[in-house]
Amino acid sequence: MNGAERTAEVEPRLLLIHLLRDHLGLTGSHWGCDTSNCGACVVLLDGKPVKSCTVLAAMADGHRVRTVEDLERDGRLDPVQEGFARCHGLQCGFCTPGMMLTASWLLDHDPDPSPAAIREALSGQVCRCTGYENIVRAVRWAAARRGAGPR
Amino acid sequence: MQVPAYVDYERATSVEHALALLARYGPGARVLAGGHSLIPMMKLRLAQPETLIDINPLTELDYVRLDGGELRIGALTRHAGLLGSPLAGAAAPILHDAERVIADPVVRLWGTVGGSLCQADPSEDLSAAFAALKATMVIAGPGGERTVPARMFHTGPYETVVAPGELLTEIRVPVAPGGGSAYVKVGRRAGDWPVGAAGAAVRLDGNVITSAGIGLTAVGAEHFCAAEAEEALRGAPATEESFARAGRLAAEHCRPVTDQRGPADYKRHLAAELTVRALRRAADRARGPGRGA
Repeated sequence: MNGAERTAEVEPRLLLIHLLRDHLGLTGSHWGCDTSNCGACVVLLDGKPVKSCTVLAAMADGHRVRTVEDLERDGRLDPVQEGFARCHGLQCGFCTPGMMLTASWLLDHDPDPSPAAIREALSGQVCRCTGYENIVRAVRWAAARRGAGPR
Repeated sequence: MQVPAYVDYERATSVEHALALLARYGPGARVLAGGHSLIPMMKLRLAQPETLIDINPLTELDYVRLDGGELRIGALTRHAGLLGSPLAGAAAPILHDAERVIADPVVRLWGTVGGSLCQADPSEDLSAAFAALKATMVIAGPGGERTVPARMFHTGPYETVVAPGELLTEIRVPVAPGGGSAYVKVGRRAGDWPVGAAGAAVRLDGNVITSAGIGLTAVGAEHFCAAEAEEALRGAPATEESFARAGRLAAEHCRPVTDQRGPADYKRHLAAELTVRALRRAADRARGPGRGA
């Protein structure tokens, strides 16, 4: 769990999002539509984005989970976070943790994504403030920063 | 807040172990793969299994390979894995057409090919694609393996021939030169279930259609296929006139229902038009160099 081993005894039916928020106190991941449509609950499971309202906590047993709390390192924002801040990639912020984690995964696989590739990657996540233009700009900004800096 | 009802959970470590667990827990057990259909169904109490058998550790069922003139797809292959497979794209481009419009990229990382087929939603995309390809399903059970044609796999909405105690393990797609395939879908928005969709797989000898498979989904087509239209195409020239006739036959023989995705007459119109478009693209691909099914 964000690089540390965490243990919890839970019911098999417990969803991963509720383990994170209610048992482990990691409320950065948001619980949205509950139907795997909105993507507010996206976290990284073994490095891949997943809608954590549609995964049982038990399915994550023994696997690596990474949440928005782990993006910042040693007081330094991840380029994706910095991009969202600089390019006004968030308004209310509800969709932001999921958007940033999927964007981070995208950049790991496509360091210089086109706006179309960014839109496709984020197409399963909803911003009800409709701030998509700035979200795309934020991810482009992060790509440029990651490309320029040490990898 | 939607949460599943109380359920027991077991994690399988091999196909044999999964079958043993299914035998031990009986008809109340359900196989849990990607969970992206089953878990939402459990939240809504549309599914209430007593025990979940988690097969996610069965990486031996996650593969796409060519073997003996067949494309073989492991049942636990993720949608993203099938979409990312150049083998699948070359041998059966219909599968990539379909995968591109199934859910969204995040869901495709987790949802599985076998899970989608076993969920047996009457609007499911791959059911039509595999029906068009005349694929074969491999099912493991306590007595060994059996194979079932894709077109005999579904017994009704949300029902398949996979019995309690059995596990879908592989999908086999015949591949031969001279073939081409395509899938066309109309949805209300990105990532949605189809209003209607059609897939086609054809084999040409010159410009003569030697065999045709047509898959339809979301429009009430029996066994996800259009048998009458296929019959009319066999031996016919690969022309717009032939495709239009096939489209008309496909529309005549399906039984769409009006729902929140659209009225029945519109879906019937889609069945005809999308059949034509899928056939046109499949034939174009069959004429192209180096294509498989």
